[in-house]
Amino acid sequence: MMKGFRISPSMAVVAVLIILTLLGAWRYDGFLGTYNVQTVLRYNSMFALVALGMCFVIMTGGIDLSVGSVAAFSSVVAAHLSGYGLFPGLIGGLAAGLFAGTLNALIITRLKIAPFIATLATMLAASGTALLLANNQSVSVSYDTYFTNLGQGDLLSFMRPEWVDAEDAGFFAGVIGFILSFPTPAFIALAAYIAGAIVINHTAFGRHVLAVGGGTEASRLMGLPVDRTIFLVYVISGGMAGMAGVILASQFGAGQPIEGVGWELFAIASVVVGGTLLTGGNGSIGGTLAGALLLGIIFTILNFENGMGWISLSAYWQSVVRGVFLFVVVVLQAKLANPAKAAA
Amino acid sequence: MQKISKSFGGVPALIEASLEVMPAEIMALVGQNGAGKSTMIKILNGAYVRDEGSISFNGTPWTAASPQQAQRAGISTIFQEINLIGYRSVAENIFLGREPKRGFGLLDWAKMNAESAALLKRFDVKVDVREPLERFSTAIQQMVAIARAVSFDARLVIMDEPTSSLDEAEVAVLLRTIRQLKAEGVAVIFVSHKLDELYEVCDRVTIMRDGRTVQVSAMKDISKLHLVAAMLGRDLAEVKKRGATAFEESSGANIGGELLQARNIAVGHRVHDASLDIRKGEIVGLAGLLGSGRTETARAIFAADAKTSGDITFNGQPAAFKGPADAIKAGMGYCSEDRKAQGIVPGMSVAENLTLALMPALTRSGMLDEAKQREVVDRFIKEIGIKCAGPDQKIRELSGGNQQKVLLARWLCMNPKLLILDEPTRGIDVGAKAEIQMLIRRLASNGLGVLMISSELEEIVEGADRVFVLREGKTVAEFDHQNMTESKVMHAMAHGHDT
Repeated sequence: MMKGFRISPSMAVVAVLIILTLLGAWRYDGFLGTYNVQTVLRYNSMFALVALGMCFVIMTGGIDLSVGSVAAFSSVVAAHLSGYGLFPGLIGGLAAGLFAGTLNALIITRLKIAPFIATLATMLAASGTALLLANNQSVSVSYDTYFTNLGQGDLLSFMRPEWVDAEDAGFFAGVIGFILSFPTPAFIALAAYIAGAIVINHTAFGRHVLAVGGGTEASRLMGLPVDRTIFLVYVISGGMAGMAGVILASQFGAGQPIEGVGWELFAIASVVVGGTLLTGGNGSIGGTLAGALLLGIIFTILNFENGMGWISLSAYWQSVVRGVFLFVVVVLQAKLANPAKAAA
Repeated sequence: MQKISKSFGGVPALIEASLEVMPAEIMALVGQNGAGKSTMIKILNGAYVRDEGSISFNGTPWTAASPQQAQRAGISTIFQEINLIGYRSVAENIFLGREPKRGFGLLDWAKMNAESAALLKRFDVKVDVREPLERFSTAIQQMVAIARAVSFDARLVIMDEPTSSLDEAEVAVLLRTIRQLKAEGVAVIFVSHKLDELYEVCDRVTIMRDGRTVQVSAMKDISKLHLVAAMLGRDLAEVKKRGATAFEESSGANIGGELLQARNIAVGHRVHDASLDIRKGEIVGLAGLLGSGRTETARAIFAADAKTSGDITFNGQPAAFKGPADAIKAGMGYCSEDRKAQGIVPGMSVAENLTLALMPALTRSGMLDEAKQREVVDRFIKEIGIKCAGPDQKIRELSGGNQQKVLLARWLCMNPKLLILDEPTRGIDVGAKAEIQMLIRRLASNGLGVLMISSELEEIVEGADRVFVLREGKTVAEFDHQNMTESKVMHAMAHGHDT
């Protein structure tokens, strides 16, 4: 069946993403070089994970302001546990995030506190706990375990099969070897996004998330488990923030109690740029990924621009430029993707 | 107000409607939903601009650009939802926007409080005016709103369903206040669905129907029955011919044993003592004027709202549902009258809207069985005749009638025992309406119990096998199909007893 061509918000952001990438490749040496691509992916996968959790929350019409400080809190917990090995660090950090998410979920569904207030409180509490646990300084991770490979290494750093280095490796093995040499956090984020897209599009829970966001009272009258759905999205968001915290600790070699400031805004921006309505009920996991990448690329381009010496933008100005750019993208989307609304 | 017309997007809401109020007169304004009462009021107080017609106020031509301007000129409106600020004190609420000053821009609190207290005393309301407004009952809050209106030297006060959330004692106080206004020479337009109140306090009544003013009469010259008949557009002398709806005559052969029994249901201020029962394969109508508690009773049966008291037996079991989920599990379905806000999920597709409630049954180890979902959706689209571009079309793009069919299908695919339909054909075009009426009858003859709320008398009288009439939150009459006539049902709606 033919469908009328309509620019969906996520298509718009993908288009802008491609244009910016081409612009970068044309203007700067090494922009699409392996090193730069890997660096961009390594760094931005943390934000992408946080944005994924935020996407679930926003689809129900909620908001999670605590993600940044929960990530910081998780990074401290993971750093403390990293000496016991990869898994204790990983699971500890993840559990810290899930714990904070569960706390949010309980406050919101049981005490009926507005998500904005509930997660604001958790944000302060998580930040304070992180500082307490870290004794007000960054907590070094152990380099004796595989823990640092999570953030700094690639998949090959965990296990390096012999054929990767073999002289007579075929083309196929070469390609796989090349792919496996991409940063671990990028794979973690990719896996999370694939899982997220499947959950939203192919499970009852995923459809409930959108139904609750689209009409809470209608959902209740249909007998949908409204509270349970809302509960779970905050747990997911906490878990994603926890995972981001683990990667943060691993990547920078230390638990960072004061990191994570402003991450929630970055995540919200990624979700919104990706075409998910802040009012809930409609949205796209893929769009969120594109939104997170877009923000990352703008940041990289500004860095390259600085590096070329043409302009010298301070970090403050970079924020201004990113803000303006975000604004332009959102306005473009509203104009392009919603001709129906403009006509009505 | 003379020959006022107004349309919204080509749909006329008012057609040459008129309304006239004398000084110191209390005028009742009545009509069904969509009769044009609210539009009329909003044009008078400046919230809407009229398309045609003329208005004069105090003998001079009148056009208000905004409710604020109307208020300054002497027309105040008091809405059902009180539009004052709960956190601020009573006195502040009365004087907001024109606070007495002492110079240097400082507020004269003493004067403000004293004047407020004096103002309220005129209506026999004695409260501490420094307390926040929200501490007081709805009735007192309404009194404060009236006091605010009077302090603007209002010559005309419009009250839009002021008594709907008040209890009896509070209503008595409000009615006394209205008489006090009259004694001071203020005219009042009083919108209410409670007939007893109208007869108690009003001088004349203006009856509106379908955007027109159909009758103006002195209250003492019109009986309750005539008033209801005029509202509903029924001529008492005319013997109604059958066949205005697509409901087929029921043989009654398929009606089985008892399915639901609700006894002495009470919910908040709206429902006091509602009782009804439904048998298998039976369409039971629930009739009553607006505000008689029909929807509230239905929601209580479905456990969408908690009932204050009363017992419900469903399918032979006492029903102690904690929420709609339990009611659904037991075999109930509920189509809300507010299709847009409480029925459809506008951004989702036809297929998803149809299967949302069925999701658990379509899920295998957490994953949605999309083939099975498609099968269910295709079957119901065909069976019920839902007209859409395909299962993936967004439901908000469908016509009202087709949206309603999707909502019906949503419940039918769960194989319910009882379906509660609140205004199933409101806002639906004639063709689709007939299809839905036929569908309801077909479902009932297959054994489904149906509770149907409708404001259209012909739908109730022709469609229902039995009808219960609610009046001010109480079940006042029950008719079976043989002795059900429009005039009997109307009589019960108006007077509360069936003779």
